[in-house]
Amino acid sequence: MSPMLHSILAFVQTWWVELLCAVLIVLVVPLIAVYIVLVERKAMADMRARLGPMRVGPHGLLQPIADALKLLFKEDLIPDNADQFIFWLAPVLSMTAALTSMGAVAIGPWFQVARDINIGLLFVVGVGALGPFGIVLGGWASNNHYSIIGALRSTAQLISYETTAGFALVSGFLLAGTLNVRAIVETQRTDQAWYVFLAPVGFFTYLIAWIAETNRAPFDLPEAESELVAGYMTEYSGFRWSLYFLAEYANMIVVASVGTTLFLGGWLRPFPNVRWLAGLDAAPTLLLAAVGAYCVFRAGKQPARAQSMFMWAVAFGCFVVAAIFTLALPFSHLPLERMHDGLYGAFWFLLKVSAYIYIFMWLRFTLPRFRFDQLMRLGWHILIPLALVNVVDVGIALALSSEFGINRWVAMVITTAATLGAAMLLLHWNDKYAAAASAALLTDSSIAEDTHAG
Amino acid sequence: MPPAYIPLLLFSLLVLAFPVVTLIVFKYLRPGSRGGPAKFQPYECGILPETSTRGRYFARFYIIAMLFMILNVETIFLFPWAVLFRGWLAAHLAAFALLPMFVFLGVLLVGYVWLYKKGALDLA
Amino acid sequence: MLDSVIFYFFAGIAVVSAVLMITRRNAIHSAIFLITTLLATAGIFLQLRAEFLFISQIILYVGGIMVLFIFAIMLVRLDVPLPQIRSRTQKWIALLVALAVGLEAGVVIWLARKVPGQGLLIPNAAPADKLAPNTEELAKTLFGTYLLPFEIASVLLLVAMVGAVVMAKKRTDA
Repeated sequence: MSPMLHSILAFVQTWWVELLCAVLIVLVVPLIAVYIVLVERKAMADMRARLGPMRVGPHGLLQPIADALKLLFKEDLIPDNADQFIFWLAPVLSMTAALTSMGAVAIGPWFQVARDINIGLLFVVGVGALGPFGIVLGGWASNNHYSIIGALRSTAQLISYETTAGFALVSGFLLAGTLNVRAIVETQRTDQAWYVFLAPVGFFTYLIAWIAETNRAPFDLPEAESELVAGYMTEYSGFRWSLYFLAEYANMIVVASVGTTLFLGGWLRPFPNVRWLAGLDAAPTLLLAAVGAYCVFRAGKQPARAQSMFMWAVAFGCFVVAAIFTLALPFSHLPLERMHDGLYGAFWFLLKVSAYIYIFMWLRFTLPRFRFDQLMRLGWHILIPLALVNVVDVGIALALSSEFGINRWVAMVITTAATLGAAMLLLHWNDKYAAAASAALLTDSSIAEDTHAG
Repeated sequence: MPPAYIPLLLFSLLVLAFPVVTLIVFKYLRPGSRGGPAKFQPYECGILPETSTRGRYFARFYIIAMLFMILNVETIFLFPWAVLFRGWLAAHLAAFALLPMFVFLGVLLVGYVWLYKKGALDLA
Repeated sequence: MLDSVIFYFFAGIAVVSAVLMITRRNAIHSAIFLITTLLATAGIFLQLRAEFLFISQIILYVGGIMVLFIFAIMLVRLDVPLPQIRSRTQKWIALLVALAVGLEAGVVIWLARKVPGQGLLIPNAAPADKLAPNTEELAKTLFGTYLLPFEIASVLLLVAMVGAVVMAKKRTDA
């Protein structure tokens, strides 16, 4: 018994950072996901000139807690004739896939559960690809027409955009030359450019494909209320529904993290190699101090004493974190300077991830929903060839700059122009093809396909 | 197993346990449910469902799944290529870096164009 | 020793899932247990330090082929439990074949235990912690020694694409 105990203790001693990160992810990410729901509701309200949740807690800050408690205690209905085992398994599967893929994501150079694994981002993408199972099995198990149609549509949408998602990632990997998460960020530092500037079309296709992959608007037909009640989630209530939703928001966080790592420079400060912009290092402290000051300002204006106490507590928390950041400033010989990389890296990473998630929300509240056939046409007819052309062009640009000595940026501009030209051509051909197809359908009514064949 | 994956394995077990434990714990903490059999009928906006859900659906979805499978294999071939690309360029092997993969992608592009023209990608 | 524990963990899951898969009456339940079997096999790949193969198994097999399976089961109404065909000879033939296969496997394992080195098939395998990064090594081999099979694979995929659509179209045209 004792040698086994020794080996377990030795293991924990070597890997305690990773195990701590693992526990933190399991405890904190569901909490963060529900707060993202709150931010989304507030942003949605703001874009529609209203206020959003304001009652529970000051400015509605405790709304997610109230929602979580309600959902936990809500009745757990399992409809008749539903396949009990799969009904139970499907949301668990969705949630597990979403959270496990967070394991390989590195929030800052120190926070990572799977340290320096060779397949880094590919692990994230691969395990995230298990998400559709939770959807299709849940929809099928509910024994409800809306659910199963929603599940089939959702899965068809997910697999249609997965190729584009893969190609967009390939264009990023061409620039990075590795799949290891930390090495990708390091190459962005040595290349002195975020890859979004070197492969903008790649980032653009990544953005669109992963919005479709996470079932977010404007691609949210499978869960649209006006279409299919709630699609595959119709029969799920209470905590099971919240598992699906948590899985969706955790997927959003994962997608934002992968996009930030690969395209937006990960945890690098903007212009990390430029000395005269080193003043940007003070940005975290200043930002947090500003938020704390704002909370102090609002605390005096709260109607109820409990609410103003809460605001004071939030302000205090902000100032404490700002103080920690100040103590970790580089080249200052202050006590926490050793933790500079980890803390500041985590701050910049989370800032970029938040900006990315805000873009997700912004698109949701601005664009109308795609119809299912429009969605499929976009995925198969336009995005797959565009992503393919982009991969070829990024390869050619890199070869041009390395073989013929053309400046890297000039080569990228040339090939990006070529990709955009190809995109114009694709759209033009697609319009012609769509016009021809619908004209054929209108004139020849004997083309009646048996869509239920099989 | 490379040692870096063991925390990941433990993490995935923990992640699996989290919803399971929560579901089981809250099953006992919840107040009991009341109500008759109507509550457990499948929801169809107030009317009773007439047909069984275990029927047949669009065969198109199956073709989409097959085509996705093939393009997925192609994507997996692209990942190792992308990883070694810059190394080949640094060793002045640009032609070797580009040509084999262009042949591969070219063959599949021919297939894709055929599918497009044939109409297999409509509602696909 | 840790390697053994992890191996038995994954192997146990694989075997149990496989048995459950073939004994279920509902096809979707079988599909789910096939998923767990494939995931456990991927874990065994990981345990052999083949990381890229591990993630390829998950992306292609579980993420691709199992979606195909589940679509097929749902679209063709295979999830209704089928009435079993009972035939007396069928049972005895199955038993005989199973015994033959089991005997063969046992003989092979018994004979191979005398092979010196670290395993049944790879007597000169490199020590585990000196392996080069897996993805890069696999890529070097793929584009080095196996370049022609790689190009032929593209033709194979083309054939698959064309074949799938031709067979599906034939049905709807009829």
